[in-house]
Amino acid sequence: MIPIGWTLALSAVLFCIGVVGVLVRRNALVIFMSIELMLNAANLAFVAFARQMNSLDGQVFVFFVMTVAAAEVAVGLAIIVNVFRLRETVFVDEINLLKG
Amino acid sequence: MLWIIPALPLAAVALNLLVGDRLGKRGISVLAVGAVGLAFLAAVRAVLALAARPEEERAIVETAYTWMRVGSFSASVSFLLDPLSAVMTLVVTGVGFLIHLYSTGYMWDDPDYRRFFVYLNLFMFAMLTLVLADNYLLMFVGWEGVGLCSYLLIGFWYEKHSASEAGKKAFVVNRIGDFGFLLGMMFLIATTGSVDYERVFAAAPLVFAAGGAVITTITLLMFLGATGKSAQIPLYVWLPDAMEGPTPVSALIHAATMVTAGVYMVARSHVLYLLAPTSMEVVAVIGAATALMAATIGIAQNDIKRVLAYSTVSQLGYMFFACGVGAFGVGIFHVMTHAFFKALLFLGAGSVILGMHHEQDMRKMGGLASKMPWTHLTMLAATLAISGIPPFAGFWSKDEILARSFATGHYGVWITGVLAAVLTAFYMFRLYILTFRGTPRFEEHAAGQLHEAHVAAEQATHGHGHDGGDHGHEHGHGGPVKESPWNITLPLVILGVLSVIGGLVGVGKPWVEAEPWFERWLEPVMGPAAGVPEVHLRHVPVGLEWGLVALSVAVAAFGIVMAFRAYLQQPQLATGLRERFSGLHRTLLNKYWVDEFYQAAVVKPVYEGAMRLWRFWDEKVVDGAVNGVGYFVEGCSAVLRLFQTGYVGTYALFLTLGVLALLLHFLRS
Repeated sequence: MIPIGWTLALSAVLFCIGVVGVLVRRNALVIFMSIELMLNAANLAFVAFARQMNSLDGQVFVFFVMTVAAAEVAVGLAIIVNVFRLRETVFVDEINLLKG
Repeated sequence: MLWIIPALPLAAVALNLLVGDRLGKRGISVLAVGAVGLAFLAAVRAVLALAARPEEERAIVETAYTWMRVGSFSASVSFLLDPLSAVMTLVVTGVGFLIHLYSTGYMWDDPDYRRFFVYLNLFMFAMLTLVLADNYLLMFVGWEGVGLCSYLLIGFWYEKHSASEAGKKAFVVNRIGDFGFLLGMMFLIATTGSVDYERVFAAAPLVFAAGGAVITTITLLMFLGATGKSAQIPLYVWLPDAMEGPTPVSALIHAATMVTAGVYMVARSHVLYLLAPTSMEVVAVIGAATALMAATIGIAQNDIKRVLAYSTVSQLGYMFFACGVGAFGVGIFHVMTHAFFKALLFLGAGSVILGMHHEQDMRKMGGLASKMPWTHLTMLAATLAISGIPPFAGFWSKDEILARSFATGHYGVWITGVLAAVLTAFYMFRLYILTFRGTPRFEEHAAGQLHEAHVAAEQATHGHGHDGGDHGHEHGHGGPVKESPWNITLPLVILGVLSVIGGLVGVGKPWVEAEPWFERWLEPVMGPAAGVPEVHLRHVPVGLEWGLVALSVAVAAFGIVMAFRAYLQQPQLATGLRERFSGLHRTLLNKYWVDEFYQAAVVKPVYEGAMRLWRFWDEKVVDGAVNGVGYFVEGCSAVLRLFQTGYVGTYALFLTLGVLALLLHFLRS
């Protein structure tokens, strides 16, 4: 059996990749994928803990997270498509109308 | 059901505002006049119910609701009907009804017919609130309300510059007086802790030392309010200018009702005034001085309404000096008789002005007696009444005032009053003769005269207070002079009858042995109260009393005879006198230059001071503070704005940094 530490470490690495992806990438679609990465890192941690503690709660929680992620993708993609139709770009540094 | 009396005119205001434009003039008139008529009937019913009670229970108090309660102080919207407010309510609604009826005739051709009646009804509401109020605070509400309506109605023809200026002047001058009243009221609250008449008057003898500084200050401040509203020295200057308003307004507000509010207030507060003998002296002296001064100005004026305006100021002076010598009931009696004959004089003058196609200069009238028989007859009755010829109404009240001032030993005031009486008879008959007697001094045009003549006449009269405003054109200048329609003459006749017999309710010694009925009626209000000093009347022998009566009739007759001699029999006499005393005449014609004096001594310094304050305090300090706050916020925002880059990435970075900081914080603790 793989020790829980390794799984958690993998989860942490995935999460950090996701964070860095959100921070440094310009393409909205890639940023989106990075967010998914972070969500899945959390899922991995849930599953690892569930297994460790012999409880199904963590596994059930993962389903919720995946549902939320699906809904978020539906809304987010719709926004990105509309932004692209309007501005013909998906680069977030060109979408800066909220500048004070 | 006392509240219904002021509520009826208010309901008419609301209805006329909401649906008046769909009712047409006839509907507006029915609503406006009907509401006041019903209010009169309600008042009569209430007063009859009051009279049916035994004398010591004659005060009906009705509380509509509690207005405010602050600590131990409370004020309520409550109405009081006692013999004093009963008299005022009947006069206000009765005379008010007649003047409303008259207005339907006088204002018929005015394009703003509805607005006029809305204001007029609003005035009735405010005036009835004033006289029926049970406490000083509610009285002040009515007091300000009538002031507002007075302003609105003086400036009714607002397109005319002089009218809007006159309205403004009335408002500002009244404000000075109101300030005094307000201060006096606050002093009362501070010392007696209440504004209710009953509680204030019950507490007054215990709280105040008779003749002390506090009560003297309070009563003098309240009297300042009265001088503003009732046009006494030094605040009388607005009333003559108020004649810019339509004539029914002059009759209702600036003669019969509103201007007597000050007298009513002083009479209502007689308990306070009796505790302050110094204030009483001031009231008496100011009243007498005003009576005499206004009478002298009245002699030299040529505008028919201005003569009446100064006569009103003069008569109000009589009322105040009655109050000042302690004859509060007699003052109210004069308020009533004055309401009859002065309303009649103004309405008659309005009828003349209408008949003369909006000519107000008496030098261009004359010989109207045969052309306007009803107007002439009723005006003659009113003129006799104001001059003090028995048995007309004005004689009884004026004679009683003079007799009382004599009996209380105010000889200086008494002589002033007698002198004013001579002048009153003189200038009133001057008005009567110039208007109705002699030969006509105007050209009567047939109905189809050339238009140029009208224009010329129009231009010639424009220099004077030209009552018509622009609605005069609809009559067409220069038609034949004719009697006014029934809804104008009917009020004249009713008021004429009242001017003849209205004074009989106050007939007293030496004519009959008993106390006058009017004074007995007011006894529950004006009667002696515990702890309040009484007015000392010295005994006057019956022979001397008759002598005083004979004197006051004689002086009136002398004034009348002089007027007939100077203006009818030997017109050269008047011209000669005018030339011989040209300086005096010019002084009187220019009203002692009081307006000019006020302009230079008060208005201009205040104006300049306000100008400086505006330039420095307002523009530099106040605006500077406001703008400074703005600049400060703007400067701060300029720094904060740097964080709002608009890049989602930056926001995400801040978010992440924040999360990391929180994480660190929790990990460390």
